Amino acid sequence: MGFDAPREKYPGRIREVVIGATKEQGGTRSISLKVGGSNGLQFHSFESEMPHRPLVVMDVVDTMRVVPEQLLSSIGPVVKEPVEWAKACERDWGADICVVKLQSANPEEENRSVTECETLVKDVLRSVSIPIMVYGCGFEEKDAKVIEAVSNASKGERVFLGLAEEKAYKSIAAASMANGHGIVAFSNLDINLAKQMNILLMDFGVKPENIIMDPLMAALGMGLEYSYSVIERLRLGALLGDPVLQMPLVCDCSCAWAAPEALEENPERGKPELRGIYWETMTAYAAVVAGADLVVMRHPQAVAKLRAALAALGGGA
Amino acid sequence: MPTAMDIYKLLPRKNCGECKFPTCLAFAMQLANQKVALEACPYVSPEAKAQLEESGAPPIRLVTVGVSDLAVKMGDETQLFRHDKTFYHPTVLGFVADDAAGLAKMKERIQQTKFAMFERVGQIVRVDVVGVKHSSGKPEDFLEGVKEAVAQPLPIVLLTEDPKLMADAVALSGQKKPLLYRATPQNFEPMVGVAKACCFPLVVGGASSLDELSQMADKAKKAGVTDIVLEPGSSSASNMLENLTMIRRAAIKKKFRPLGYPTVTVLGRSENDLMKASLGVMKYSSMVLLDDVPREFLFPLIALRQNIFTDPQVPIQVKAGLYPVGEPNEKSPVLFTTNFSLTYFTVRADAEKSKIPIWLLVVDTDGQSVMTSFAAGKLTPESVTKAIETEKLKEKNARNEIVIPGMVSRMSGKLNELTGMKIVVGPRESSGLPKMLKSISG
Repeated sequence: MGFDAPREKYPGRIREVVIGATKEQGGTRSISLKVGGSNGLQFHSFESEMPHRPLVVMDVVDTMRVVPEQLLSSIGPVVKEPVEWAKACERDWGADICVVKLQSANPEEENRSVTECETLVKDVLRSVSIPIMVYGCGFEEKDAKVIEAVSNASKGERVFLGLAEEKAYKSIAAASMANGHGIVAFSNLDINLAKQMNILLMDFGVKPENIIMDPLMAALGMGLEYSYSVIERLRLGALLGDPVLQMPLVCDCSCAWAAPEALEENPERGKPELRGIYWETMTAYAAVVAGADLVVMRHPQAVAKLRAALAALGGGA
Repeated sequence: MPTAMDIYKLLPRKNCGECKFPTCLAFAMQLANQKVALEACPYVSPEAKAQLEESGAPPIRLVTVGVSDLAVKMGDETQLFRHDKTFYHPTVLGFVADDAAGLAKMKERIQQTKFAMFERVGQIVRVDVVGVKHSSGKPEDFLEGVKEAVAQPLPIVLLTEDPKLMADAVALSGQKKPLLYRATPQNFEPMVGVAKACCFPLVVGGASSLDELSQMADKAKKAGVTDIVLEPGSSSASNMLENLTMIRRAAIKKKFRPLGYPTVTVLGRSENDLMKASLGVMKYSSMVLLDDVPREFLFPLIALRQNIFTDPQVPIQVKAGLYPVGEPNEKSPVLFTTNFSLTYFTVRADAEKSKIPIWLLVVDTDGQSVMTSFAAGKLTPESVTKAIETEKLKEKNARNEIVIPGMVSRMSGKLNELTGMKIVVGPRESSGLPKMLKSISG
């Protein structure tokens, strides 16, 4: 009995989505990036096409509140200056995209004004040439205004705006449609909800090629297995031909830094920061192996490790 | 699995009834449902027996390395994706002591491996096996290393491609049932001979393609080796993913017997190898052997293995009880949540962010989340009251106040009635806890 390699052919294909717009495309980015487009599981190049490698998005948070102290020395003083932070993502750390998280707009924390948020996004757009994404603070009423202002201020740049949630998607969908931007559809570890979000957005008028899905990435040790399986199932659903699931997936792996085990002091488990770097790298690697097209990350060394690992999976190294 | 009719055709068909079933067909139906053993039939021919055992065997053979309660099991998987059922046998992790480093270093490595264990979410997790390898060092050092490894409790892997040296190492291994690594196209027959003589499991590897690997495994089996472990090529992560995926698929979807065995991946300690080890855990490597790797990496790798091999059909639970977060005292706030581990860890992490010490009362809800257990009637004012009483909360805390998850604010009245405690409705999402805790602890 000879061996006949059992290759899989899937009827479906992940939709190709473009992030960022160059001058010719109506924006000011030096490059626009494509994600998705594959007709198989990630890195199964022995049986499917994977025209675009997964992209690394680095996060820029406009408040220090969420950045663990142990990271301050590596990321450095830039964390105090979101614009400098964004510049470092592009110049020093090789991010494909940067996502500006406007957490300080939170009315229960710093409550930064809509104008300040808008100015920050404009400054970031002026200071970096890579495509960007912008997330609000998660408070619906405030985000409605913030994201609208951001949308207007970045007209034509094809920014991906987030996060659209089941109970709060209309204002953000309207903002993304108004100026030719994209949208990030968030769902909470629930395949049906992920699908429902895409349906809601499309019914509202958002074109499918303007949507990427965030199915919620749980960090290593914090329920990663749930996300891993949800991502695999979303991916398989898309490949088996469900057009409402064929949007590329983004997984926010910066959550690794909120896992207590990543940074706890415990000499048996080695130095906290290095352990945290592996914690984030492995969270992101699992996301990609399961099916993520974009990963959001924070630590430059974790980004470097992930990039090397992805190159190896892609057949290099 | 063969059907009752397939089985029936192989039975004697004499309806003697000695198996306690009236007819051979009735017996065949019971066999197909795995309700009886074939041994109940005194007249089945040896050929039929072999054929039935073959067709009834699991798609991937279960191979055990070592003896006693530290023995490791590999293979016997039935799925390509964990969400389809579960992955049964966590990737076995091992460290290799190489004689190229000299005997002292080898001994040190063997001892290190023995102690590479951690406690994580209530389980003891560890590096499971010790490998002893002959590469460029002295054969006598290798054999001394084998003695050292045999004397410690973990299962062992013997790594040498020299059949004669392997036979010497096997002679030192007693009844420890080591894994023999490995038979290659170059040493195939003598190495298979060694494995056959001692009946220890054997790694088959070094093939240039999966086709060649499957032929080697088939030949080893025909030569009398029953416990086989496959080592496909893993020159790059890409190559490793392809080979392990193809082996798993061929075994499970095509029931291709020559590849129906567990797999092993042997790596070093480069950054590239560390990521390959993670890939092996996620994508079908039954065993991963590493050089000594940094602890900062080993711990997350073990966490990844625990995550991936968690049974998706069973919610992971934490033990119900009253947990201190930080160093709470009798005046610290008290919160309750359920014993679904994901809920517990999220609530705990968010509470820790507040830097305010609290008591966290974990109510037994059979591992369901807040909303699910509330809907299922497992998280009720009565069950919370019972937990408060069992944990003697009122003796440990004088606040007489409890914060309840915002999602179950509806139970406030009844809970207040049953406990006499002041009820504070917490946030709907635990991410709101830091702010909320700051406000109530003033």
